[in-house]
Amino acid sequence: MSGWQQHLIVLPILVPFVAAAALVPMDETRRRSKAAIGLLSVLLQLAGALYWVVAADRVDGAAPAAVYLLADWDAPVAISLALDRLTAVMLLLNALLACAALIFAVAKWDRVGVHFHVLFQLLLMGINGAFLTNDLFNLFVFFEVMLAASYGLLLHGSGRLRVKAGLHYIAINLVASSIFLIGVALMYSASGTLNMADMARKLAGLGDADRQLFETGAAVLAVAFLIKSAVWPLNFWLPGSYGAAVAPVSAIFAIMTKVGFYVLLRLWLLVFGDAAGASGSFGAPWLVGLGLATLTYAIFGMLAATNFKRFAGFSVIASAGTLLTAIPLGGSSGTAAALYYLLASTLAVAAFYLLVDLLERIRDYSASLLAVTIESFEAQGMILPEESEVGVAIPAAMAFLALAFGLCLLVLSGLPPLAGFVGKFALLVSALGSEAGQFMQYAVWLFVVLLVVAGFAATLTLTRLGIQLFWVPERHKKPLLRLAEAGPVAALIGLVVLLTLAAGPVLGYLQRAADALHAPAAYIDGVLGAQPKTSGEGRP
Amino acid sequence: MELILALAIGVLTGSGIWLLLRPRTFQVIMGLSILSYAVNLLLFAIGQLKADAVPVIAADAAKAAGDYADPVPQALVLTAIVIGFAMTALFLVVLMASRGLTGTDHVDGRKDTDL
Repeated sequence: MSGWQQHLIVLPILVPFVAAAALVPMDETRRRSKAAIGLLSVLLQLAGALYWVVAADRVDGAAPAAVYLLADWDAPVAISLALDRLTAVMLLLNALLACAALIFAVAKWDRVGVHFHVLFQLLLMGINGAFLTNDLFNLFVFFEVMLAASYGLLLHGSGRLRVKAGLHYIAINLVASSIFLIGVALMYSASGTLNMADMARKLAGLGDADRQLFETGAAVLAVAFLIKSAVWPLNFWLPGSYGAAVAPVSAIFAIMTKVGFYVLLRLWLLVFGDAAGASGSFGAPWLVGLGLATLTYAIFGMLAATNFKRFAGFSVIASAGTLLTAIPLGGSSGTAAALYYLLASTLAVAAFYLLVDLLERIRDYSASLLAVTIESFEAQGMILPEESEVGVAIPAAMAFLALAFGLCLLVLSGLPPLAGFVGKFALLVSALGSEAGQFMQYAVWLFVVLLVVAGFAATLTLTRLGIQLFWVPERHKKPLLRLAEAGPVAALIGLVVLLTLAAGPVLGYLQRAADALHAPAAYIDGVLGAQPKTSGEGRP
Repeated sequence: MELILALAIGVLTGSGIWLLLRPRTFQVIMGLSILSYAVNLLLFAIGQLKADAVPVIAADAAKAAGDYADPVPQALVLTAIVIGFAMTALFLVVLMASRGLTGTDHVDGRKDTDL
């Protein structure tokens, strides 16, 4: 990697940042140009992510495909960005969701409040940055960028319900940020570094006192990520706040809990791998136990859900629980299966959040709610461009909605033949095949049972809610779908189908990504061995 | 000095958490602020407490590494203060919006008189 290509790694952060900066001074009335800049930015991110997915796989073995030393300082001192297969896949997932959510938002939702596009781009910047960075404090900064944007997006559209949900969401995340900082502080004071790779290298050589301080710090830090990845009992905020947000925002929020999971997976395998000596597999029973508890909670939540949005919130929690349990179970094939499940469930949940918005519209009352939102916004003196609400009625729109609903049901509940089933099946196989101690053996069996029961609960609830919606024809309004709204839903579901058809190559790719995570020595060497590009006299 | 600092962090954290669990939004935001002060002090303390130690290495001075203060925690605490300040301001806006929409400063927007 030489020449200009070495700088491509900062683009996932810079592109949304520049786009956001360009959007800030623009007036709300210039909707079309705002939407155009936003779309250009997400398409560039998508192209960049596709490039990196290919480039990351060209590397032999487990080394990161690219390491970028910010400001060209020497390796452990510089804040470094590192990109390997896992990062590339997460970037791609984020870009895909962003494209779908933004196109959906442009059709209607970006008009119910101000600064939607700016906040959306900043959210993407924070998420991409969190995936790329290899520095713990830099991670905190990107998390805050992401969260600050998400506060604004959650409140987008205003209204009593959103402000109440936003208040809770912000308070909880501010506490989580404090916990994050406490964890980082303890880990720094024990290891003397903030670079994750450097931390992993130094942990084995720490004395007993420092090692215990480090473990304490790691545990405190983990609590912060567990809050963000919505793990029981730290997840009561999720169904309410995700349900209160407007549909495209909920769709992109689907990846935010995955950011928490990503960091847990990355840090845990990097720092507490086999090379960590006495600290190896630190906290594994906790991860499994909390994951199983989360899954149980999600099952009850799904069964009790009386509307689609609440169900979607609990299915986010179910996938968080499944993923968390899979971190320490099943070795590298378990991690690969978990990543596949992550892709399928995130795409499906995002599609489902968008779809729910369309489904609610065929009920009378929710259409009137939307009208109220727009009216109250206009009453505040904001000028909204005149645009006809009536789109082209796609023939058999109802059939499309029902089909999309059916496909989402198959993925979310993990029924064959779609990707949800493939993911769960791969998880079960790797969990059953893992060699584990007595406690873990029980955990594996409990995991198998809970995973199947969660699928059953999802099927049951979605069938019940679907019957209430589709099989009472007298209450229906004629659905009017616009291509910009139906398109993203169809595209996301199409991606899930594609994921199913290409399950072999995708799982192969993820297996290589997981192998790299489970043998972090090459990653550590790659990050710490990065050489500054300039040398000699001119250096600071 | 260590004891005083440790006590200060402990007392601030304790009061912050107590306020955080109160039902009024104003108490919650005070709790969050106090908690973030405690965290900032903790961040500052991880560089070890030293008097008369500079963080910037002078070119000519022949001091041992231990004579300098660790600059990293100072940079961290600065960033943490800025971010914490911005977040508190943002929370304040949402708090006011909630007060305006619900007519009460209860965190759940309920108008309970028995709280």
